[in-house]
Amino acid sequence: MTGQTLYDKLWQAHVVREQDDGNALLYIDRHLVHEVTSPQAFEGLRLAGRQPWRADSVLAVPDHNVPTENRGAGIADPVSRVQVETLESNVAAFGLKFFPMQDLRQGIVHVIGPEQGATLPGMTVVCGDSHTSTHGALGALAFGIGTSEVEHVLATQCLWQGKSRSMLVRVEGGLRPGVTAKDVVLAIIGRIGTAGGNGYAIEFGGSAIRSLSVEGRMTVCNMAIEAGARAGMVAVDEKTIEYVRGRPQCPSGEMFERAAAAWRDLVSDPDARFDRVVELDAAQIEPQVSWGTSPEMVVGITGQVPDPDKEADPVRADGMRNALRYMGLTAGTAIRDIRPDKVFIGSCTNSRIEDLRAAAAVVRGRRKAENIQLAMVVPGSGLVKQQAEAEGLDRIFLDAGFEWREPGCSMCLAMNADRLEPGERCASTSNRNFEGRQGQGGRTHLVSPALAAAAAVAGHFIDPAELEG
Amino acid sequence: MQAFTVHEGIAAPLDRANVDTDAIIPKQYLKSVKRTGFGPNAFDDWRYLDPGEPDADNSWRRKNSDFVLNQSPFDRATILLARKNFGCGSSREHAVWALDDFGFRAVIAPSFADIFFNNSFKNGLLPVVLKEEEVDELFRRVSQEPGLRIQVDLQAKEVRVPGGPVFHFELDEYRRHRLLEGLDDIALTLQHAQEIRAYEARRREEAPWLM
Ligand code: SF4
Repeated sequence: MTGQTLYDKLWQAHVVREQDDGNALLYIDRHLVHEVTSPQAFEGLRLAGRQPWRADSVLAVPDHNVPTENRGAGIADPVSRVQVETLESNVAAFGLKFFPMQDLRQGIVHVIGPEQGATLPGMTVVCGDSHTSTHGALGALAFGIGTSEVEHVLATQCLWQGKSRSMLVRVEGGLRPGVTAKDVVLAIIGRIGTAGGNGYAIEFGGSAIRSLSVEGRMTVCNMAIEAGARAGMVAVDEKTIEYVRGRPQCPSGEMFERAAAAWRDLVSDPDARFDRVVELDAAQIEPQVSWGTSPEMVVGITGQVPDPDKEADPVRADGMRNALRYMGLTAGTAIRDIRPDKVFIGSCTNSRIEDLRAAAAVVRGRRKAENIQLAMVVPGSGLVKQQAEAEGLDRIFLDAGFEWREPGCSMCLAMNADRLEPGERCASTSNRNFEGRQGQGGRTHLVSPALAAAAAVAGHFIDPAELEG
Repeated sequence: MQAFTVHEGIAAPLDRANVDTDAIIPKQYLKSVKRTGFGPNAFDDWRYLDPGEPDADNSWRRKNSDFVLNQSPFDRATILLARKNFGCGSSREHAVWALDDFGFRAVIAPSFADIFFNNSFKNGLLPVVLKEEEVDELFRRVSQEPGLRIQVDLQAKEVRVPGGPVFHFELDEYRRHRLLEGLDDIALTLQHAQEIRAYEARRREEAPWLM
């Protein structure tokens, strides 16, 4: 018998029932809830007179609509306010664990889950949000769902799912200085494309992935969805176990040791077979910058904006032309010569403490360049913010002319007041550079926190390693 | 969920491929906390000449008279005739809610995006896949005779044009059964409540830190 992949193990441990057509009823351990995709699900429960199956499996938090400054004044936009208030009344009515906007533990749902130990190795984790793949970094099976499915999980603790095929993305070797988890995942997407992971659950492995911190692995798994995969995951190792130890919702004492022993088995067996294997050489990965309107449109910092006329596939060439038009870029322009107007450091991809440390290391003792109208840092949670302040990172940013904000999704998707104006160009540590994502007509370049910080002080894209020298 | 057996109604021809969920319902309307009320903002960018706001009154807005759903009799259509890859883009279920709230009961197209297709069944909207040439024929008939009432019969898996052709479509039995009976997904899963409890009891033994 051949061995099992990590995905096989996670899947098998959660099957409640299997149908003849291959669909399985999967048990869900953790259900994360935010204000945008949940109101109609709660309404559905109420109309049917149903109660949550396991209220203690839910953790709810507002993040998409919350303001990142002046919180004391509440939410100015009345429609956003109602959405957040609706979440508040729903969690109260159904008795669910909830961190309100004023709570120190509030933050982006995908940052606070791991931070609280609410997501643990070996769990199935769902949320009405596609970036739920983030939690796979802990050796969990985590994926995004639609609103009817949110209601279904609330009512039954289960979901009907078909099993995906398995892919191993193996990154071997040492990363160069200044190259981070974000660059690794952008390079992976650049390689396999935004549809490359369609129908797959991706496991990220190899020495370069193992060398990443658990936070870095979250950055990688976060963007599995941008590669078309619903789930991304990394095998459990001692780093994973140390990461979860002592967190508020993590078991302790003897129970922890028992759990840890089970978690150590959450790795793909040496003889496990994957449906597809992709290999990357870590040493070849440069700091990455996206130039277009899809996360696969990405190049290294020493590269240039590519030329659609040199693209053989006419459909792709057309897509490239549209992207260049929208982005206001010309083929052949050196990436280094692109000058952003704004810099956004935040989002569930890159707003954890090590991201802020990496950005602060570049900014320390420098000032934001003249042409940068706004450089904002939005920590992923109140606890990340508190930690950063204890380390004095806020002072480094403020002294450099950056803004230091309250936690939330913010300019990642511009549902709150933070957004780009038409034509504005932004160096952003978020995950989607689609047209209009950060505000109508806004132009997004996806980069790592270190590179965003470097762009803010240099006024153009630059390898952060150059500034450190 | 509303059951679907046979439906007869006016079919509106939306002659574009790759209509995405953002076109069906733009992102500013996702702030709503309701499942209903999206109808007036369905196809918002195409339907109106001036910008809209969530929860605002749409009746004063200038309508784009070139857009098919603003033209009589299609403003009363209950069947949407569309081209390939309908419903692509984001997973927002609001797209299905918007079509449903506008009054559509069925969408006929040569192909649909996966998530949209799934979401439709969860809300009693029937997506019907017909062959490209059959959809062409329907577009032709509707343009010749705009008030034409088309029948969509889930029981017989047929689309019928009065005095005209009858097209057969395929659908997996499980989905068809649920829609014919108007069965609620959750109620169906809850039929397995015993198994779910048994699973929980087992997990409590094997992995008590999860429960
Ligand atoms: S930070 Fe951005 S990607 Fe992450 S959950 Fe919020 S809106 Fe979604």
